[in-house]
Amino acid sequence: MKSWNEVSIGEPGELVSLLSELIVDPEQAPRTYRRLQAIWARRTSEGIELNYLASSGQGEPFKLWRLFVAPGSGVPSLAMLIPLAGSYEREIADLYGIRFEGAPDQRRLVLHEGSRAPDGFLGLAGSYSDPFAFVSTPTEMPRVGGDDLQQLRFGPVRADVVESGSFTFSYAGEGIVHLETRLFYKHRGMETRFEGRSIQSGSLLAERVSGVDSVAHGLAFALACEDALQLRVPTRAQQLRVLLAELERLYNHLQYFGLLSKLTTLKVADAEGHYLAELVKQLNARLSGGRFLRGLVVPGGLRRDLVTDEVGDVLNELEEQAHTYLSALAGTRSYLDRLETTGMLSAQVALAQGATGPIERASGLDRDLRRDHPYSGYDRYHFAVPGATMGDARARALIREHEIFASFAILGQVIAQLEDGPVFVADDSRRSAEAFGGMGWVEATRGTLIYVVYGEDGYLSRVKIKEPSFSNWRVFPYTVDGTNMMDYAINEASFGLSVAGNDR
Amino acid sequence: MSVWTYRGLRGGVRTIGWPLEEVSGMMGLPVPTAHRCPEGCERCAQSCPTEAITIDDGGVELDHGACIDCKLCVEVCPFGILSPTTSLTRASSDRDALRRRSDVEPAPPTLQPTKHQRWLRKSLFVRHIDCGSCNGCESEITALDNPYYNLHRFGVFFTPSPRFADVLLVTGPITSPMHDPLVATYEAMPGPKYVIATGVCAISGGTNGGGYNAHRGLGGVVPVDLWLPGCPPHPAVIADALLALVGRT
Repeated sequence: MKSWNEVSIGEPGELVSLLSELIVDPEQAPRTYRRLQAIWARRTSEGIELNYLASSGQGEPFKLWRLFVAPGSGVPSLAMLIPLAGSYEREIADLYGIRFEGAPDQRRLVLHEGSRAPDGFLGLAGSYSDPFAFVSTPTEMPRVGGDDLQQLRFGPVRADVVESGSFTFSYAGEGIVHLETRLFYKHRGMETRFEGRSIQSGSLLAERVSGVDSVAHGLAFALACEDALQLRVPTRAQQLRVLLAELERLYNHLQYFGLLSKLTTLKVADAEGHYLAELVKQLNARLSGGRFLRGLVVPGGLRRDLVTDEVGDVLNELEEQAHTYLSALAGTRSYLDRLETTGMLSAQVALAQGATGPIERASGLDRDLRRDHPYSGYDRYHFAVPGATMGDARARALIREHEIFASFAILGQVIAQLEDGPVFVADDSRRSAEAFGGMGWVEATRGTLIYVVYGEDGYLSRVKIKEPSFSNWRVFPYTVDGTNMMDYAINEASFGLSVAGNDR
Repeated sequence: MSVWTYRGLRGGVRTIGWPLEEVSGMMGLPVPTAHRCPEGCERCAQSCPTEAITIDDGGVELDHGACIDCKLCVEVCPFGILSPTTSLTRASSDRDALRRRSDVEPAPPTLQPTKHQRWLRKSLFVRHIDCGSCNGCESEITALDNPYYNLHRFGVFFTPSPRFADVLLVTGPITSPMHDPLVATYEAMPGPKYVIATGVCAISGGTNGGGYNAHRGLGGVVPVDLWLPGCPPHPAVIADALLALVGRT
């Protein structure tokens, strides 16, 4: 395990002092690159193992703190010092029965209030043939303001073809005083679904955590397994993986502009953005047999080689089309007016609440795993990591606009440099026979995606997915409170969030 | 603003003809050929991540209602008994018709023609509900509105309210918190109403159904009129299923 440095913590009481380097000072502009990435629990023979993962500076290994606690016991909460920790603690409290003492928000998160775990439930173990009993129960809401505030609840079934989630606005006239989001209607327990599966079949599952991030999830999972088994993937497979990952970013970002145009009532721009995304999906289908590029990336490389003859020409044409489309958008005053100063996010809040991907880059935080912790040979390509400091919807769109062209640049280099050779290396080290653990990360369309895998005998025993939307959804309400209803839909679209990824 | 009017006109018509003759590069779900398997070989069934394959005296049976199109079975079969198809796999009103034993194309989806179908022929309103999908199905349903497929031309529209909806497109394996909202949405629709189980999760749970917080598909929750396989279904097949519902295929 070279991708992280481990620190064992003896006593829960030492937790706060040992992790003090991650504390976010709300008064200071963020200068540090170090940040909490995820907290997860795992059942072991010695009790429940709590893991705190943080990213370090460019090129440095990640850092992991480990702490063993008895099932059902209490641990000091970090949420008052590192706000992002609060979400992970609530998840662990729901699923592993650990109490986080002093946590400001101890409501249910992943399991809804109506979920009735069996008696004596002290954490997930093994598989369940039937879901827990479920009795519809109102969500526990915070008390907001006085009598002159109105409450508007919508969801989980919302207008248009969108993912399920529930949103409660406390508002006065046009002004929103508070937005309370309730997600996890779609929680399927994807992490536990890996348990007991073979390493090879885990890829298919990872691809189905968040459909529009299939490659990112499949790749992060494969990289984690390769890290655990110390597999070296052939160059051609690495290059083709980059090709797949950037094609996925392209159709996601183009779709994003289609949606943003729709919400700013530009009918032609709406049609054109969605049409360009459709063209990329069709290219995906011709290249891989599937519009979501599934079923290719596996631990060890790719399941089969790809014929890329056509790709270069199609991409050149698409780049030209994307260029004129995005230039026309950037010159449309009515569109810019709706985005500028909408949903402002400061660098401090972005860091404290864990914003990642285009969201943090639009708020002045400069990080991108492809550049800072290269994987799959990204260090072989030249590309710009765009940055902005405004933190509004316009900045978030601008980052994605530049990333589209960065993707085209990477794709061009991949195709020019593509080597011949095998695309798969089998694991003959027999390392998988022993207990293994490993970590893989990917800069997905929506930000930092991390997979941590544990297993033995070639089978997986625990998989943790650190999903970018999990923290971006946490950030989002901070840009809504104090704004107005008219901007809400545009602001939400400018975040480009995935509910499936968040809920898992 | 005029720049967009000009762009729209200059772009011309981007919509494809209908019915679709061929969608380039797409493969359908694998089907078993009628050849007999050697005794004792169960490689395909063992490779299947969703237990979609059963083997008995009659040969191989592949349930398209559970197939996620991973093609592992095609890869492991040394006898070429399972092969990918080039035609897209269509919806069926009969759940059992998705359990395929041969490469003989099943009859196209038909419902009992009723006078209601005639009412809905040129104006069909669709409500979608996400019951725990991976967002793949939503991405493809959204694609129906892009200029390439342009579902509007058939008089098919998405509606925000179930009160106006004729059809309910259900995606996902039905997670516990979405069970009651699904039933409430169905009950809010006026009759006649139709339900399409969209994608393998909604049919059988696929890879994502089961566990501590999800059911295994739509069966028994609300009545289903069409079972639409695929992981996710291709936009063309979703359009095909919607048109089949009103007897327009």
